[in-house]
Amino acid sequence: MITALTLLPVFGGFAVLLLARSRAAARILAVAVAVAALALAIFIWHSFNPSTPGMQFEQWHAWVPSLGIAYHVGVDGLGVLMLAVSAMVVLMSLAASWSNSNHGPVYFALVLFLEAGLFGTFTALNFIHWFIFWELSLIPAFFLVRLWGGQGRARAATQFFLYTMVGSIALLLSFLAIYLATSQPNAPGCFDFVQLAQLAHSGQLTTALAQNLHWGLSADTTGMLLFWAAFLGFAVKTAVVPFHTWVPAAYSEASSETTMLLTGAMSKMGVYGFLRILLPIFPQEMQRALTPLLWLAVATIVLPAFAAWVQRDLKRTFAYSSVNHLGYCVLGVCVAAKLAGSEIEKAAALTGVLLQIFSHALTASALFWFIALLERRTEGWRGIDEFGGLRRVVPVFSGLMGIAIFASLGLPGLNGFPGEFLIFKGAFPLAPWAASISVLGLLMTAIFLLTVIQKVFSGPVNPRWELLPDLTTAERLAFVPVIALMFLIGLYPQLITGMVHATVMQWVAGVRF
Amino acid sequence: MSWIVRSLWLIPVLPMLAAGVSALLKREQRRLSASLAIGSMGISFVLALSAFAQALAEPARQVVNFGWMQFGNQWVSLGWLLDPLAAVMLVMVTLVGLLIFIYSLGYMAHDDNFTRFFCFLSLFAGAMLGVVIANSLLLLFMCWEVVGLTSYLLIGFWFQRPAAAAAAKKAFVTTRIGDLGLLIGMVWLYAQSGTLLFYDHGAGCLEQSALTTMAAHVTIAGMAVSTAIGLLIFCGAAGKSGQVPLHVWLPDAMEGPTPVSALIHAATMVAAGVYLVARVYPLMTHSALAVVAWVGAITAFFAACIAVAQNDIKRILAYSTVSQLGYMMLGLGVGSVAVGMFHLITHAFFKALLFLGAGSVIHGCSDEQDIRNMGGLRRFMPVTFLTYAAGMLALCGFPLFAGFWSKDEILHAAHGWGLSRGPFYLGAIGALLTAFYMTRQVFYVFFGPRRTTETRSEPVGSHHGPVHAAAEPHESPGVMTGPLVVLALFATLLGFVGTPAWPWFQSFLSGTPNSFDLARFNEPGLIPLMLSSSVLVFAGLLLGWWLYGREPILRGTDPDALQRLQPGIFHALANRLYVDEFFGLTVIALTRFASAFSSWLDRWIWGGAVRLVSFLTVGLGWLDAGVDRYLVNGGFDAGCRDLARGGRLFSSLQSGRVQNYLRVIAAALVVLAVLLLWGRRG
Repeated sequence: MITALTLLPVFGGFAVLLLARSRAAARILAVAVAVAALALAIFIWHSFNPSTPGMQFEQWHAWVPSLGIAYHVGVDGLGVLMLAVSAMVVLMSLAASWSNSNHGPVYFALVLFLEAGLFGTFTALNFIHWFIFWELSLIPAFFLVRLWGGQGRARAATQFFLYTMVGSIALLLSFLAIYLATSQPNAPGCFDFVQLAQLAHSGQLTTALAQNLHWGLSADTTGMLLFWAAFLGFAVKTAVVPFHTWVPAAYSEASSETTMLLTGAMSKMGVYGFLRILLPIFPQEMQRALTPLLWLAVATIVLPAFAAWVQRDLKRTFAYSSVNHLGYCVLGVCVAAKLAGSEIEKAAALTGVLLQIFSHALTASALFWFIALLERRTEGWRGIDEFGGLRRVVPVFSGLMGIAIFASLGLPGLNGFPGEFLIFKGAFPLAPWAASISVLGLLMTAIFLLTVIQKVFSGPVNPRWELLPDLTTAERLAFVPVIALMFLIGLYPQLITGMVHATVMQWVAGVRF
Repeated sequence: MSWIVRSLWLIPVLPMLAAGVSALLKREQRRLSASLAIGSMGISFVLALSAFAQALAEPARQVVNFGWMQFGNQWVSLGWLLDPLAAVMLVMVTLVGLLIFIYSLGYMAHDDNFTRFFCFLSLFAGAMLGVVIANSLLLLFMCWEVVGLTSYLLIGFWFQRPAAAAAAKKAFVTTRIGDLGLLIGMVWLYAQSGTLLFYDHGAGCLEQSALTTMAAHVTIAGMAVSTAIGLLIFCGAAGKSGQVPLHVWLPDAMEGPTPVSALIHAATMVAAGVYLVARVYPLMTHSALAVVAWVGAITAFFAACIAVAQNDIKRILAYSTVSQLGYMMLGLGVGSVAVGMFHLITHAFFKALLFLGAGSVIHGCSDEQDIRNMGGLRRFMPVTFLTYAAGMLALCGFPLFAGFWSKDEILHAAHGWGLSRGPFYLGAIGALLTAFYMTRQVFYVFFGPRRTTETRSEPVGSHHGPVHAAAEPHESPGVMTGPLVVLALFATLLGFVGTPAWPWFQSFLSGTPNSFDLARFNEPGLIPLMLSSSVLVFAGLLLGWWLYGREPILRGTDPDALQRLQPGIFHALANRLYVDEFFGLTVIALTRFASAFSSWLDRWIWGGAVRLVSFLTVGLGWLDAGVDRYLVNGGFDAGCRDLARGGRLFSSLQSGRVQNYLRVIAAALVVLAVLLLWGRRG
């Protein structure tokens, strides 16, 4: 099932490349493939049994047995959620590209390849297998930014690629060391996430690091070294301050449809790594590094929120907003690693993280979709100070984007609130100071988002945009499910929390010693 | 459990549904949108009356709880409740709301965005009713935030005016500052008591076991946890209810249409903070209540001072609202839930009346809002004048009007407060000031000759389509004066449900039986207090008449009577005591600096580090390339050249000429022979 899901967009991508002679054919084919992928992801969601912990739909095939490499896929609550998120974001992005005449067959094929990379990353359970997809997804993303971006695209794409690459190499080295440590004279080492989590929880991993790695370091130091190396990989991808500087450049230079993919789906790969790898495999190291980790999380929440206020480019503003929103995820994961602490609060924080993943994917993609439409209508104008009074000229556009903006600032009743509430509910008792500073992020989010509304939608109409066309019927229809989902998650978050509770309890048990 | 308790959720949901439907309507479907809003509000009003009847029949609290979302194996629960407190608020909000909806039909009749206006109003009403019936601090908070959103949307309703857009943002952000405290208080309460349900058959966070635990825990500075949580929750209440220093948004909120000011920024939403404190009253410890009392008293006095020197008819009322909200908080702090809530209810009616009256005046004067440019309107607008006078007397606390009873009760409680007399004196002076500034306003607006000046400010609401001929003020249509009359009746008579002789309201809220007993007036100190507060009110009225009514004000450009007496003080008050400027120079400047600094960090420190690494890498690359080109490549080339030369050298040996070979061989033989001979001899 999962293999089929991953292969579908691969074949789809090749089909687009080979069969589609025209843009029109390419986009129909690509959207059809994305719809099929979403249907399959929903089917998996539907047949997933949320009350059992552990992996479901597992498949295991030996690949290179002598090196412990296997084809091992499966999903738990997190995996199911990520599949749905990826399929949803890709479909939204393709829908946004629908009327962008710059995006031809090659673009659509690359998006589908990227989707395959995402599916692979979110289902693979063997490190090498996972790492291949992790890196493979980077390649289409690089070309998407490099070839269809704005003026500074070359620089942004290179920075994006190299920066993530540096993180990935640190991650790879860390796992090679773990492999060496776990290998026996007559048996290969361990690359399997599930097994590694068990080893870590029973304490055998630390012992193995002490005995088998002759680095002249204590077991604790070795563990911390490997943890920070792996952390770097995910920190760059999630964009944890101070490893976030590629984000504003890449998000604003890429075409908005590509940015939807970057912020909606690819940034979630980093958070996924935190949850799938750091928390289960390095729980003790996370506990030891808790204070610096919390500082990083707080910095990721607060600093970009402040920086967003002084940006003059809508895309940069929302890029910083995106960093800020993922900061809440980092905070939630980190507090959950705290050794002493109520398990109820840890469960709340982790559930909040999962809700936030979904909700941010939805909101951020929607926001960049609106910007894509705006850019297409204004031929690239998107400075905050270059508009004014749009609410009178394009009322439907303004109203719908307003809903997305309020979802982004965490208005109850829309999708942003339940996740942020649960994260704070969990984080405050576990780390009161971190949570208390982080609320500044909530305040600044309100300030800069309302400033956007004030400058762009309110005030006297800027005569330049007096004839700006409002959303077409097709565009309105395309937004109906998106906006409906925002209300649905906001009013009935159980839709998601009900899928992940067993997984969350398993993680909580995993950090208990 | 009766049907009304089970279906209590309909009361907020109906207006919300109406809002949802009319959000999808076209701009032209004005009639449908208004009917939806008024119809749903009417049904809610009827339901609220049934709920009220139910609460009368059975004052015990009834709750309905349900699970909302799951985290791990726990559930976040929400729920609603019906108790006398909620019942009273339900009736007040639906009734005042309904009247203001009807009034808006007339007031907004010419507005382009009429449909949208009723959509927002309905959403507001639904959210506010949600706040009222919430049995969970979380649900209350959620509705509370939606209330904040609708307030934002309605303040900025005429969004093309930059002032309105700015005021809307200011309101949202300022109240959100308070809400952050509320959020922290809420998650702290959740962690401490394990639930956010207020009442849950003994397990709720306002019930005995949770309260005992929280009172026993001590947090920083020797404060009980419940005190800390109570104060954090009060932060939220202070933001919403415009308590000093978070009051700055409320006067600016008058940029919204007048029915909005009446409904949201006078009668209901701003009272939500008071209601919140009343709702979590069991949580408020004595120390927390002392803070509430002081903040309330200072607000009551401070805002009354500023109101004295304002010239915008709505701004005067806005500062008056801030001041009255301070009284309510004071009543909660020094007295009980009933004391604060009684003033909340009476205030809702007479302040809605005053705002709607002001709206009628503005409407009749072609969108003029400056009281200096009005005058003599009692002849043109008799109904508005009479109802306005009733509201004004109620607000001043004129004996027997509604405000008299409720305000006196607050002063009575403040007088008997054990900790300090300060709040009482602040409240008493505030009462005098209230009478004074309202008299000033009424004389400016309704008495004297009709003043129109050439220098009138640019018409504020260009929404009224073609501007009326500015010459003749006119009385408003019946759809607007009707609600005024109804509200005036309430403003006059409502106080009688809570007099000392017949404290029906108070005993209803506290669930004790009540009776009519004139002897309660004999309580020591009560009559003297009532007398002295009446004297203060009369003093204020007289002073107002002396300065503004004795001689008719002839020209709007004349300096204010108070300005002639005390120019310095008047100037400072007219500038709102520079609170906004103070915030601009401190908090806002700091935030701007932090933003610029954060952006600078990004560009030069974090980004700089990355660039440094990349420059180093590129530098290393150049170095490497240089080494390659000049050392490695150069060496290689040199080596190749040497080899080639060597090859040429050697190849010259192999010339292919046999004679040469033979010659070499012969020479070699000779050398060999010589060597061999040499060796043998050696």
